[in-house]
Amino acid sequence: MNVFSYLTDPAHWTGSQGIPVRLVEHIGYTLLTVVIALVIAVPIGAWIGHTGRGGFAVVGLANGLRALPTLGLLVLIVGATGLGLLGPITALVILAVPPILAGTYAGVRNVDSAVVDAARGMGMRGREVLLGVELPNALPLIISGIRSSVLQVISTATIAAYVALGGLGRFIIDGLAVRDFPQMIAGSVLVALLAVAADLRHAGLQKLVVSPGLRAAPGPRRLRAVPSKTPDAAHAA
Amino acid sequence: MGWVSGNLPLIGDLTLQHLYFALPPVVIGLVLAIPLGWLANRTRVGRTFTINVAGLLYTIPSLALFVLLPPLLGTRILDPINVIIALTVYTVALLVRTVADALSAVPPVVVNSATAMGYGPLRRFAAVELPLSVPVVVAGLRVAAVSSISLVTVGAVIGFGGLGQMFTDGFQRGIPAEIVTGIVLVLLLALVVDGLLLLVGRFLTPWDRVGRTAGRSA
Repeated sequence: MNVFSYLTDPAHWTGSQGIPVRLVEHIGYTLLTVVIALVIAVPIGAWIGHTGRGGFAVVGLANGLRALPTLGLLVLIVGATGLGLLGPITALVILAVPPILAGTYAGVRNVDSAVVDAARGMGMRGREVLLGVELPNALPLIISGIRSSVLQVISTATIAAYVALGGLGRFIIDGLAVRDFPQMIAGSVLVALLAVAADLRHAGLQKLVVSPGLRAAPGPRRLRAVPSKTPDAAHAA
Repeated sequence: MGWVSGNLPLIGDLTLQHLYFALPPVVIGLVLAIPLGWLANRTRVGRTFTINVAGLLYTIPSLALFVLLPPLLGTRILDPINVIIALTVYTVALLVRTVADALSAVPPVVVNSATAMGYGPLRRFAAVELPLSVPVVVAGLRVAAVSSISLVTVGAVIGFGGLGQMFTDGFQRGIPAEIVTGIVLVLLLALVVDGLLLLVGRFLTPWDRVGRTAGRSA
């Protein structure tokens, strides 16, 4: 088990190219990117969802992103900006914006119109409705947008090691350069663990910030879409 | 444009190679996901288990999965087969859930009618439940195919072929035209395959159109 000995070797846990530094770099790029993406995407998504204008473009953008090759975007931008932090982070932000934008838009758009009417009936203005009612109600979808955004960024930041960015992807790229397969595999294990940990954290975040009143909502809705009786009833009959 | 006209044979080769990596996983993934989705849909525990495992697999970044498969499966580390297996894993992870959802959305009345007409479980699944699931499954399949076409390019980072090579080569030799051509070709392939799947889905569900027309006239 070479990989195991790579991961347990104390020498790989210290210094500027050790696992802790690379891990912190990777998390740092991810946080920086997602914060920038949030600042861009949430206001625009909320505005589009609130006014209902331009929704088609948001959905199209989010779908189109799936087809866009991340490596192509990275090398194109880094080719133009030169090596360093600016190019890769720009590319990462471009990839991180659409999921949050789509989540915010869909979240605000899908708020029960009776709730919005009630807020207006209580005398709330457009801005108050958006900030006090629509956005809190949209939180579950905003967070699931952030969740796919974070996964996309963790994944693409790994690939960005190819254009000389730091982070855990370095182990894969540097390992390949010297045919050090245990190093490549160790790096991949760490990236996979980071992605899974980030995903689980978001499930926790969802529980923490979403109003308990909203939490009950998906339950019945899901039950209706997936009638538990269907298979049993079919078999009984 | 000069770069494109000078390298047409290379572009053709890489495009074919790209499809060779991107499309088999979608087909194999669909074939595997149908029985798995059927199984997942039978019990609540099976459903929770399958959806969680699928979610976990889908979370693993592609570059990491390309490298992680060889030690897990015993394949050689830079063997192209790893790309095909990895993309199959993603397709299955995505489609299992879609298939389970699609099957559970088949109206119980229809399933019961088929049973009452004497359809056994297997025939009922093949002739009634599966065809009625086609629209939802095709929607999932389109997402899987587009992702697969895009993800193949990641393999170029560790030396696998396909259009991704235009990104690594264009980057190293400083030819932006090559990179842009690669991006455009990947987007075009995704668009074409997506459109074809949409047409196949329509072709497989002629009753949907009948229903729509009937609804309008009624």
